[in-house]
Amino acid sequence: MSVFKKVMASAALAATMFATPAAAEDVRIALVVKALGIGFFEAAAKGAEEAAAELGDVEIIYTGPTDTTAEGQIEVINALIAQNVDAIAISANDTDALVPALQKAMQRGITVISWDSGVAPEGRQMHLNPSSNALIGNMIIKLAADHLPDGGDVAVLSATTTSTNQNIWIEEMNKVMGNYPGINVVGTVYGDDLADKSYREATGLMQSNPDLDAIIAPTSVGIVAAAQAVVDAGKVGQVNVTGLGLPSEMAGAIESGASKSFAIWNPIDLGYSAAMLAYEISKNGVEAGPGAEIPMGRMGTLTLDENSEGAMADPFVYDASNIDEFKSIF
Amino acid sequence: MTDTATNTRQIPDRLTSRTTRVFRSWEALLLAVAIAIFIVNSFASPYFLNAWNLSDATFNFTEKAMIAFAMALLIIAGEIDLSVASIIALASTAMGLAVQYGAGTPELVIIGLTVGLLCGAFNAVFVTILGLPSIVVTIGTMSLFRGISYIILGDGAFRGYPSSFSWFGQGYVYWVITVEMVLFAIIAVIYGVLLHKTNFGRSVYAIGNNPTGAVFSGIRVQRVKFILFLLTGFMSGVAAICLTSRLGSTRPSIAQGMELEVVTMVVLGGVNILGGSGTIPGVVIAAFVIGLVTFGLGLLNVPGIVMSIFIGLLLIGVIALPRLWKMAAEKRRRA
Repeated sequence: MSVFKKVMASAALAATMFATPAAAEDVRIALVVKALGIGFFEAAAKGAEEAAAELGDVEIIYTGPTDTTAEGQIEVINALIAQNVDAIAISANDTDALVPALQKAMQRGITVISWDSGVAPEGRQMHLNPSSNALIGNMIIKLAADHLPDGGDVAVLSATTTSTNQNIWIEEMNKVMGNYPGINVVGTVYGDDLADKSYREATGLMQSNPDLDAIIAPTSVGIVAAAQAVVDAGKVGQVNVTGLGLPSEMAGAIESGASKSFAIWNPIDLGYSAAMLAYEISKNGVEAGPGAEIPMGRMGTLTLDENSEGAMADPFVYDASNIDEFKSIF
Repeated sequence: MTDTATNTRQIPDRLTSRTTRVFRSWEALLLAVAIAIFIVNSFASPYFLNAWNLSDATFNFTEKAMIAFAMALLIIAGEIDLSVASIIALASTAMGLAVQYGAGTPELVIIGLTVGLLCGAFNAVFVTILGLPSIVVTIGTMSLFRGISYIILGDGAFRGYPSSFSWFGQGYVYWVITVEMVLFAIIAVIYGVLLHKTNFGRSVYAIGNNPTGAVFSGIRVQRVKFILFLLTGFMSGVAAICLTSRLGSTRPSIAQGMELEVVTMVVLGGVNILGGSGTIPGVVIAAFVIGLVTFGLGLLNVPGIVMSIFIGLLLIGVIALPRLWKMAAEKRRRA
């Protein structure tokens, strides 16, 4: 019995194991994600592979746990330390819990950077943010202004009055209003990130401001609800809904014309940049610290702030020309 | 003539010899699987046979195995505790809270163990005194205990554990031997003795095989079960100390889903999920099997999803094959 079992077990193991060969002299960069099977991260892996193809001597190890747990990611990190990979670029499930494991990785000479979802500063050499508050604040008003060459009235549909992110973005937007002459913000309402409340607030905005030209919703819930409200009010072409949203949820609004364009980070660019940065630090010995400027291929140069964090780029604009490509991704 | 008096004939109490039994046992089968996996791993990855890497790999199972020993006794006695991972969350949250008020390492350990014991006692009261089914009670407390952690922590985290506290989960006793490994070994021996060498252990088997019979044999069934729940809670407290120390922080999602991994380990170790049979050596080997498989596959960057498929197949395979083998053997005998 035991012989039979042994054969079964070894055969099954061997079949799974010999499937992934590894090249020896390549720079091995592990792209560790929150969990496998999420479209956003699959797209990031695609971007990392693009960077690898561009660099030539890079092998990307795309890996992550099954569930979005810190314990799962630590097991993955331990396995990567054991393989002595050259760099780990991680989107963390937990800011703090991964620190001891990642510190161990750095002690053994592995380059550690975080991207998307960060690790506490003592657990990584640098962090790549997809964008910055200032860039997002500017982008949301620019999206509205681009379609209003003669100026016009816009209103903001936010999440809750206490939503930190949205409040900062709106504040940043107000700072740059001077660059967009002729654009007036006629009001800010709060949909509390609830679909039905956002819908009612958007409808209310259109009733109280009959000349409204655009609704800016810097929240993925609000933007979808506002687009629906515009369609139901028969104001497609008259009121343009824009802001931050997910391509999969916004594909319908782009198709109906309720939204001409909206923005969010591009996961492909994010994965590409993370791989580029990891390569620069690991292979070319670029020092990652406050004030450092690190090249990241076609995405330009990343400048790190006092916490060794950097913002990749403007949020990526999605419109009728590219929505079909991205709506299946995330 | 005196020959007939002294020359007594031994009547064997078993049909097979002791060695045959050992070789045909579940543990031998599992050990063979473990050795096979070890050998395959050594050939499959050049990084496998490295003392430090193997040492790191033990973290994949040590904490789970600590709970698995207590869980094995509980399952042998015909009960189950699905709240263990939530007990870890609550104990870890309590320790994190204490840190905010300046507690040192000894206090943290006491708090962790006490919360574990209290949670175990809470389960035990509902099962043994109110007579409710343990699976229902512990599914309830699974949400309850973790829910309390979520209320206390929300989406925040407790940090700032004293540096001496990191000894439990990150410390080394000698060379590559971690503190957790030593704890694992000590706990394994204690539970092995408790189950296989004491009256208490015998009564655990008796209860699992026939609870009514156990009552009529003079075993205090409810008291034994009460103690078993206390032990499971206590071991969850120990695991909470190790895990919290290893992570250096507490979030309410800590150890999420660990209860099923613990039960998987116990069942793979040959413990009958319906109660009545199973051994501690079996659970020890099962812990190594799971640890070796996950680490081996991790070294080859096999995605976690494939890994869980593999663990599932291993579990079903190891359980189903002996049954199939027996069926085939019976058919052959009848033919």
